[in-house]
This record gives sequence, C-alpha cells and structure tokens, in this order.
Amino acid sequence: MVGSIAAIGAGIAALGVGLGIGKIGGSAMEGIARQPEAAGKIQTAMIIAAALIEGAGLFAIVVALLGNNVGA
Amino acid sequence: MDLVTPGFGLIFWTTIAFGILVLLLKAFAWKPILNTIKEREDSIDNALKSAEKAREEMKSLQADNEKILAEARAERDAMMKEGRDLRDKTIEAAKETAKIEAEKIITSAREQIELQKKAAMTELKNQVAALSIDMAEKILRRELSDAKQQEALINELLEDIK
Amino acid sequence: MRTTPIFSFLLTLLMTPLFAHQMPIPHDDHEEVTAQVPEIEEKEDVNDVIMHHISDAHDWHIFDWNNHAVSVPLPVILYTEKGLVSFMSSAFHHDDSGKEVVEKNGQRFVKYHEKIYYASSLANADGSYIDFDDEHHALNAKPLDISITKNVASLFVTIFLMLIIFLPAANFYKKNGSQKAPKGIASFVEPLIIYIRDEVALVNIGKKHYLRFTPYLLSLFFFVWLANMLGLMPVIPGGANLTGNIGFTMVLAIFTLLITNFNGKKDYWMHILWMPGVPVPVRLLLAPIEIVGILTKPFALMVRLFANMTAGHIVILSLISLIFVLETIWVSPAAVLLTVFIFVIKVLVAFLQAYIFALLTALFIGQAVEEHAHH
Repeated sequence: MVGSIAAIGAGIAALGVGLGIGKIGGSAMEGIARQPEAAGKIQTAMIIAAALIEGAGLFAIVVALLGNNVGA
Repeated sequence: MDLVTPGFGLIFWTTIAFGILVLLLKAFAWKPILNTIKEREDSIDNALKSAEKAREEMKSLQADNEKILAEARAERDAMMKEGRDLRDKTIEAAKETAKIEAEKIITSAREQIELQKKAAMTELKNQVAALSIDMAEKILRRELSDAKQQEALINELLEDIK
Repeated sequence: MRTTPIFSFLLTLLMTPLFAHQMPIPHDDHEEVTAQVPEIEEKEDVNDVIMHHISDAHDWHIFDWNNHAVSVPLPVILYTEKGLVSFMSSAFHHDDSGKEVVEKNGQRFVKYHEKIYYASSLANADGSYIDFDDEHHALNAKPLDISITKNVASLFVTIFLMLIIFLPAANFYKKNGSQKAPKGIASFVEPLIIYIRDEVALVNIGKKHYLRFTPYLLSLFFFVWLANMLGLMPVIPGGANLTGNIGFTMVLAIFTLLITNFNGKKDYWMHILWMPGVPVPVRLLLAPIEIVGILTKPFALMVRLFANMTAGHIVILSLISLIFVLETIWVSPAAVLLTVFIFVIKVLVAFLQAYIFALLTALFIGQAVEEHAHH
C-alpha cells in the first residue's frame, strides 16, 4: 500500500517537473526562433535551468523510493 | 534501503581511483594536450594576424606607390611645362634679339648706303667736273679749227662718256 | 515461452545480464530444475530482478547456462576484527542466501543479499547462517566490506579505458607538437576537449581561473561519460550500474564540493555568510539558507546522476520484463522496439548527464572564484 502511494507521489513529482521543463523548453524555442544567433547561449541556459528543476523532481522521486522501501 | 544507501567499499575505491585518475590525467594527458592545443591556436592566431598585417602593409605599399607615381607624373608635367615655357621664352628672346640685330644691320646698311651714295655722288660730281673741264678743254681746242669736226668731236666725247 | 524455445533462448541471450539474478538458484533444488520455470515465480520476481540488476554484486554475472550461473569471480576483501581477509567470491558458489559459509583466518562469513555477514554458529530453519529479527532484517554483524565488487571492477575498467584513450592521445601531441593536425584518437577527443574548455570551463569560470580547473572538468566529464556508456553495455566489461550507484556519484559530488569550497574567494564567502546589499535581519535569515545551499548543490549533482542512470536502467528492464509480466511472447516485438528506443535515448542521456555534471561543477566553481567589482 505504501508502495502505491509512493508511486503516486513520484508521478505527481514527474508531472510538476515535466511542466516546468516543458515551459523552459518552449520558452527556449521561442527565444531561439526570435534570435537564432543566440541559440548556443540559450541552449546552455536552458540545460542549466532544466537540470535545476530536474533536481527538485529527483529529490521527490528519491523520497518516493525511500518511502516505498521503508514500507516494503 | 540499499539503493539509496551508499556502500562503503565503492566509496573507498572510487575516492582512491578517481583521485589518482585525475592526478594522472592532469599530469600526463590534459597538460600536454591543452598546452599543445593552446600553442596551435596561438600559432594560428599569429599566422592570421601576420597575414592581416602583410595585407595592410601591401595596401599601404600600394598607396605609397600610387602616391609616388602621382608625384612623378606631376613633376614630369611641371618639368615639361617649364621646358615649354623656357623654350617659348628663348624663342621670344631670340626673336627679339634677331629683330634688334636686323634693325641694327638695316640701319647701319642704310647709313652705309647713304655714305656710299654720298661718296659716289661726290666722286661723280668730281668726275663730271673733271670730265666737263676736260671736254670743255677739248671742245675749246677743236672749235677753233672746224665746225664739222666740232660736231664729230662732241659725238666722240659723248660716245666716251657712255 | 514454451512454444518458441529457440526464440526465447535468443532473447535470453540478448538480455542475459539483465536477468542475471532473475532466479537465485538454490543448491538443493538441482533435481527439480527444468528448462522452464513457472511463470508465477517470474512475475513475482520482476521487481527483484530489476533491483538485483541495478545493485552492486560480488561477482560479475555473464549469463545463466542450464540454470548454472556463469560469472567472473571477483576478490572479496574484508576488514574484520582480525585484520584484512580476502578470498574470491566464487567461494560462495553463487549462494546469496547465507547458506554457504566461507571460513578464512578462523572467521566464518556468509553472503546474504549481496552483503557479507559474520556467520551465525548455527543454521536457522531455512538453512542459512543468519539471524533475523521480526521484520526479516539480518541481525548479524558485518565486517567492513571493501571488496572489488562488480561496480568497483567496472570502475577500474573505466579508468583503464580512460588511460588507454587519453595517454596515447597526449603522446600524439607530445610527439608531433603543435604544427601537425590531430590524427586518430587525438582527432576524436580534441573537439570534445576544446568544447569542454571553451563552452564549459571558460564560459562559467571566467578567463582568469578557468585553466586551473579545466583538467578536473575534463576528467569528470569523460569519466562519467565512459562509465555511463559502459553501464549501457549489456555484457562484460559493461553491465555494471556504476553511475547509477549513489556511492559513486556521492564521491564525485564530494570532489566537486571540496574543490568549490577550497577555492572560494572572499566574495563567495561573503555572499554566503553576510549577504551584501540587504538589511541585517535578512542577512541573518539568508546565512543559514546559504550554508545549507553549499551542501544541497553537490547533493543535487549526486542525486541527479544516480537517479537518471538508475531510472533509465529500471525503464529498460521493465520494458523487457513486460514479456514475462504479460506471459506472452507476442508482446516481445513491441517490448524490444521500445527497449531499443529507450536505449537510444539513454545513449543521449549518458552524454547529457556527463555534460550537465561537468557544466554544473563549472558553474559552482565559477560562483566560488568570481570576484565582484562592485558592492
């Protein structure tokens, strides 16, 4: 039972992270479309931002994993 | 849980191995590689810079050439003009001198002629006078003898004068 | 599976390391063992299989032949109460349930769930020399285990690869100097090296200090990348989940943490302890947050790499396990196609995670060595 709750938690975390990274990706695309010459810089900044958001998501997933295994 | 519990063994070995790896690669791989790449980049940079410089120099050289050429042309033109002027002036002067000279010559010739004329006139006068006297003398001598002869004499005299 | 034994054999061969631990083979079961294993057991095992695959092990499993595990034994090194003890992992005869006791230097050891314990004097009801508490946790004491496990061996393989790639490359440069275009291995690594130097180190650390940290960043990037790629290889010398092990990523993160903070300039510490440009109460509030921030940044690095690689392995294994969960061979084309697709993504992720690890490390170092002109 705890396992499924943990899975739900991981799912919610993935949802949030997906939204966040999607937004960054979209904005980066817009930025690149507007200024193709700045594509390199935008990409780097995008990856950094995405990595930071992903970090938050990973924390959630690790917590979910921990919860899962504590219960099991 | 195992998955999120770091195991001591792997930590131990990773610390040692990764530490040694970083030091080894730093000394024997990254330093030479990075240095060589830097050197190459520098040499390429320098080559580009010197090429740029050469091009600049070439350009300035060309500009110099053009300037010198233009100067030379200007000088030549000036010289030619000067020469022309000089020639013209010389000709002018020569003409002037020639004119004066000619006039002088003409004047002196005229004077000479006048003088000669005068001298000739004087001579003529003298001769005419002498002839006249001579003739008169002869006429006077013959007149006394014969009229016919007189005429013949006059004719003869006239023939002589001629 | 029963209908197409050849196909299932091929598939098993393809995916063997993934199922290396699918069925821990009990010793006394030999007479009952047949080519087919009841599906029910497989179904229940999927979770265990995946966990076994992504965890560390004391021997390097290659494949199962006729239900006998074929594996490369690795040295077990234990720091016990009586000093260092070492023996080959084959001494356990593939036993992972604490039934096989190894005696060495007058001490007795058993292996249970890839952990080595001091054996109990008497076997319990299951025949294993382990005492359990009510929640089935082992109570036995453990010696300090510094064995060359599968992950450690994989670590050494990675390092060996690094050395045989980069030392010859460096040799090329030493021999040919700067006036010759790179050839062979040097021409392959040079663009990457220049990329890391210019786009990761220079951009994030700044002109003044970047050359000092480039060697570390290069080592980090190539090491993580190679380890990731080796982890993707299904057979020996790959197949270990090195970068998906939190101990491994922790060490890398600690290296970054130490390098960052030992190189922290006055400005860096001032921004942490006494944030300039804000009122005093806010400064007092910010200081503890910033101090925690010192640790959370490398912690995020650690978790990111670990979780990305582990998650990738879990997804691949789960997709292949679909065949066994759904108990039909007909799902295998879809499962294999999906697995190939995820594999391709994982190749990309292997590079991306190495790049992000190096990039964020450079970013942290850059923050530490940055000197502000104003304030």
